[in-house]
Amino acid sequence: MTSTSIPVLHKVLDKAFSPICILATFVGIVMLGMLLYSTIVNGLPWFDWQFLTSYPSRIPERAGILPALVGSIWLLILTALIAIPIGVGTAIYMEEYAPKNVITRILQINIYNLAGVPSIVYGILGLALFVRWMTLGRCLLAGALTLSLVILPIVIIASQEAIRAVPNSLREASYALGATKWQTIRYVVLPASLSGILTSVILALSRAIGEAAPLIMIGALTFVPFLPSSIFDPFTALPIQIFNWVSRPQEEFWGLAAAGILVLLALLLTMNSIAVYIRYKKRIRW
Amino acid sequence: MTSQIKVKENLIHSLFFFCSVLSIFIMLGIVVVIVTESIGFFREIPVWEFITDTQWTPLFTEKHFGILPLLNGTLLVAFGSALVSIPTGSLIAIYLSEYASPRVRGVIKPVLEVLAGIPTVVYGYFALTFITPVILKHVFTDVTTFNAASASIVVGIMTLPMVASVSEDALSSVPQSLREGAYALGARKIHVVIGIVYRAALSGVFASYILALSRAIGETMAVTIAAGATPRLTLNFLESIQTMTAYIVQVSLGDTPFGTIEYKTIFAVALVLFIITLSMNILSNLISSRYRRMYQ
Repeated sequence: MTSTSIPVLHKVLDKAFSPICILATFVGIVMLGMLLYSTIVNGLPWFDWQFLTSYPSRIPERAGILPALVGSIWLLILTALIAIPIGVGTAIYMEEYAPKNVITRILQINIYNLAGVPSIVYGILGLALFVRWMTLGRCLLAGALTLSLVILPIVIIASQEAIRAVPNSLREASYALGATKWQTIRYVVLPASLSGILTSVILALSRAIGEAAPLIMIGALTFVPFLPSSIFDPFTALPIQIFNWVSRPQEEFWGLAAAGILVLLALLLTMNSIAVYIRYKKRIRW
Repeated sequence: MTSQIKVKENLIHSLFFFCSVLSIFIMLGIVVVIVTESIGFFREIPVWEFITDTQWTPLFTEKHFGILPLLNGTLLVAFGSALVSIPTGSLIAIYLSEYASPRVRGVIKPVLEVLAGIPTVVYGYFALTFITPVILKHVFTDVTTFNAASASIVVGIMTLPMVASVSEDALSSVPQSLREGAYALGARKIHVVIGIVYRAALSGVFASYILALSRAIGETMAVTIAAGATPRLTLNFLESIQTMTAYIVQVSLGDTPFGTIEYKTIFAVALVLFIITLSMNILSNLISSRYRRMYQ
């Protein structure tokens, strides 16, 4: 290469780099488009009222998703009831109470490390702890407790960020009025960080709804011809039913899987829209 | 302060402290369960055999307990996914941080969030019913229904948002003065972006790569659906393989009785999985916290 061609090369690179980056961005968008397209094309023919209101069946035409949908909604509610108080409570402790010392640092590092533990490992813990040790069996409650383990670190970290975003001047103003620590948290910090906490909680719950591996570990059933009527009943969930259909050798069941995915994505989309709505409408700018 | 209020304040303080201590117990619980069950396994199968035997056939009559084929499968998919997620994720991060207008950013970021929010079973379905038959079959005629390539591609797409968003944070926190200094010396934009900003953010960017790899190693459903259930030592992406996570799922879906040596294998495999992902996460956290201190 001659010495004059190097600046030319650099000039070309300079001009070409931005389009290359845009191309990379398109990879993501195109992949998402193809994923949605193939799911809709394969799933829509199977997606009807009968599919939503029927029990699983060996015959694809008669199979439906009702027990899985009901199971997922049960799990959603139970997981929210378990994970939100503990997660937000931990976040409040870490941001408002915890002294700056070694124990706090260990707690914080531990939370970050928990966030990186693969969900299937939580499934193994759930199996040993809830299903066998607490002898809950393979029931809804064991499933919800296991999913709570999976999303707890996410709820904590995101809530911590929301609480940290509340300016200190608000707390000081509250203390200046003679409020106690809990009064300040209850009436100043929590209302100010509520939208951030809610958004992150909803996103964490939508992660829980899509998890299959931990539920398979604790032994959620793949064929459930009934609806659970209490938290101690056996159950199935949307991702497990989808997995069951995908892993069958007959390709007719792939259509059912795609229709199941449409139901799951619709549920997730609803939850995410609520999160986005809260994020944009209730956001407080400091 | 009246004593009644004081008691209430202390009670609430203790309650929140109890919540946060729970997370320590979760970590301890994981370690205790996996380690005690693994000890039972290693009483029957020597550790040496576990790490050197080149076959993994605990569910067959002739049993071999060598983790290498499963480790091979896991690392193959992790490496393959990194080939997708690291270059694309980095380019997207650079674009978002250095080139994109706020309006464009407002379009791309939600797309990345959607990609990150799609459940992994859905990616598995996509790999099995689209990536393999529609794309890979036309490029490589000898590809099998279950293969490492399709799993790698979808795991790459799945971890791409993580690379992009964590790297973008690192790139955006590089001080503006460094960019301006380079421009003042007459540098072109590409030199500023690659030579100054990317290099200055390298440790933060690197943390995102480790995080993505660790996520890929722990990924379960997509690889279970798309990569197959054939543990083998291979570097061929077009063959069926089995990862550590997929093996754990296979055993828990089957009717292996609790307490048998076949059942205990899942804890030994989980131990390896846990050690690898935990050390990668610790490494990534160390790097990124050092990086954060650098520019604060």
